Amino acid sequence: MLSDTERRELEEAVKHYPDKRGAAIDALLTIQRRRGWISDDSLLEIAQFLEITVEELDSVATFYNLVFRKPVGRHVAFMCDSISCWIKGCERVQEQIKKLYDVELGQTTSDGRLTLLPIACLGQCGRAPAMMIDQDVHGDVTPDTIEQIVEKYK
Amino acid sequence: MERPLTQHTHPDGTTRTFREYVQDGGYRGLQRLASGLAPKDVQRLVSEAGLRGRGGGGFPTGTKWSFVPMGPDAPKPKYIVANGDEMEPGTFKDRVLMEGDPHGLVEGMILAGYALDAEVGYIFLRGEYHLSAQRLNQAIAEAYAEGYLGKTIPGTGFRFDLHLHASAGRYICGEETALINALEGKRAVPRAKPPFPQTVGLWGQPTVVQNVETFYNLPHIVNHGAAWYHGLSRTQDGGTKIYGVSGRVTHPGWWELPLGTTAREILEEHAGGMLKGVHFRGVLPGGISTAFLIEGHLDLPLDFSSLPAQVGRLGTGTMIVLDDHTCPVGFVLNLERFFARESCGWCTPCREGLPWVARILTSFEEGHASKDDLALLDMHTKWLAPGHTFCGLAPGAMAPLQSALQYFRDDFEQHISRGRCPWRHKPAQLKVLV
Ligand SMILES: Cc1cc2nc3c(=O)[nH]c(=O)nc-3n(C[C@H](O)[C@H](O)[C@H](O)COP(=O)(O)O)c2cc1C
Ligand code: SF4
Ligand code: FES
Repeated sequence: MLSDTERRELEEAVKHYPDKRGAAIDALLTIQRRRGWISDDSLLEIAQFLEITVEELDSVATFYNLVFRKPVGRHVAFMCDSISCWIKGCERVQEQIKKLYDVELGQTTSDGRLTLLPIACLGQCGRAPAMMIDQDVHGDVTPDTIEQIVEKYK
Repeated sequence: MERPLTQHTHPDGTTRTFREYVQDGGYRGLQRLASGLAPKDVQRLVSEAGLRGRGGGGFPTGTKWSFVPMGPDAPKPKYIVANGDEMEPGTFKDRVLMEGDPHGLVEGMILAGYALDAEVGYIFLRGEYHLSAQRLNQAIAEAYAEGYLGKTIPGTGFRFDLHLHASAGRYICGEETALINALEGKRAVPRAKPPFPQTVGLWGQPTVVQNVETFYNLPHIVNHGAAWYHGLSRTQDGGTKIYGVSGRVTHPGWWELPLGTTAREILEEHAGGMLKGVHFRGVLPGGISTAFLIEGHLDLPLDFSSLPAQVGRLGTGTMIVLDDHTCPVGFVLNLERFFARESCGWCTPCREGLPWVARILTSFEEGHASKDDLALLDMHTKWLAPGHTFCGLAPGAMAPLQSALQYFRDDFEQHISRGRCPWRHKPAQLKVLV
């Protein structure tokens, strides 16, 4: 069930739209911030709140890169694999992080610490290769500095 | 050289505060409204200024606005939407504006609202732009507290409300009709046009969607007029442009320059030329949905009306440089993988065609492509040309491919004849250069 705080946050989001459904993304992201991901149960609770069917909401939830329909680790590392980062060697950075943490793209480390995901251009192309951990952007990443960056996220 | 959009932006990346914005003349455009500038006057100013949309298409903003129903019988409410979905690879201009000067967007949107008698605005922001979100939220709260939003602007009878919508990461949301579906909480696939959003948009109401950078121009046009604005540029399109460069150049970055600056000037004077030891081969002038420009094009003015259509389009103005140590086929493969991944899946040619293109390009990189595969790539540039798909994503994906097949054909052929990528197996060399 939605907690009182969650319900209050959703009610706040809905105010920005003439139709409750407009808040679908806000609602999914709000609940995800609190619960880490969107389980089937969460999806149902949000759909009921927005007064749409769970299928309709799932067609929205599954469309987006940043809505997690599976559990993720305590931290999520988004590795930019678009063109400017590719030119500057993002593939080697990816290889290094996979090796260091024994994890593939789309997977979570066995200790639940880190999920590794590819992402489209982060708008940091002047500092390529770039990545984002949770909400922090890191630019000019190299295979030599990646460990130092990730170590801050326990 | 005047840089109205960014002359006060802090070079260290911190945000320009509300107080600084007002001290430098910010929100003065709203006072001009009170002194007798009617909505139709603002519309006329924008048309005369020759402002063209900065989202990539370069559509004249005044013309776009002329389709919005006006007058007492016009439907209400009308909506203004800022397109801040910026997910076009290589593009980071809207981010630097929103992070550096969030109040400029708020004021630009209020002015657009006034001109079109639209009382509600949304900023549609890509979900990954957390810093922009934080700074815009603060700016919106400050504008409410100061009465620029949510209250009648003194002397005008006009009131504007503004909301920030953070999206959740999908390139197609930048297409304006998909964006409208996304804002309504629906799956973000494009809508059929006509009807155009200016008459039937958000929740069926008249809606104008403009790129973030486009809005930033409005306060300056209202304050200084059309003639001044024309004087900023070097060509018939008015104003300045945020240009950017990434790739193996000495100083990747962004600069506000007169519209019509040449690629050569941007690459050599501002980006400092190529890194030592690498040479220029081509450049995508504005994000990855544009065609390559090569050496012979570098002295053409970069704007929305001077580039001959058979050469290409400016797009977003943020360039990506291809150098001679980077495989053009691998480069284009990276682009087509992006497009295949981000295709919304709504129409068959794009949903099926883009992954096919990516698979063919992979076979080139893996060294088992044949002449037939080259012909298939040529064919796809026709099958996915404008008019064959539901929206502009797939035709955009074909622009760099088609021009690469034209200018770098020899490289494609070498992949076939040698049975491998000629750029692989040179790790020692790459190590020095990257
Ligand atoms: C696939 C696709 C993605 C787009 N992404 C963006 C975007 O991220 N930002 C943007 O302003 N325009 C984007 N556009 C263009 C918009 O549809 C629209 O033309 C633009 O926002 C209009 O603003 P303007 O007239 O101020 O340029 C995209 C178009 C397509 C086909
Ligand atoms: S062209 Fe691609 S992105 Fe556009 S509607 Fe068709 S499938 Fe969707
Ligand atoms: S291509 Fe990686 S941040 Fe733009």
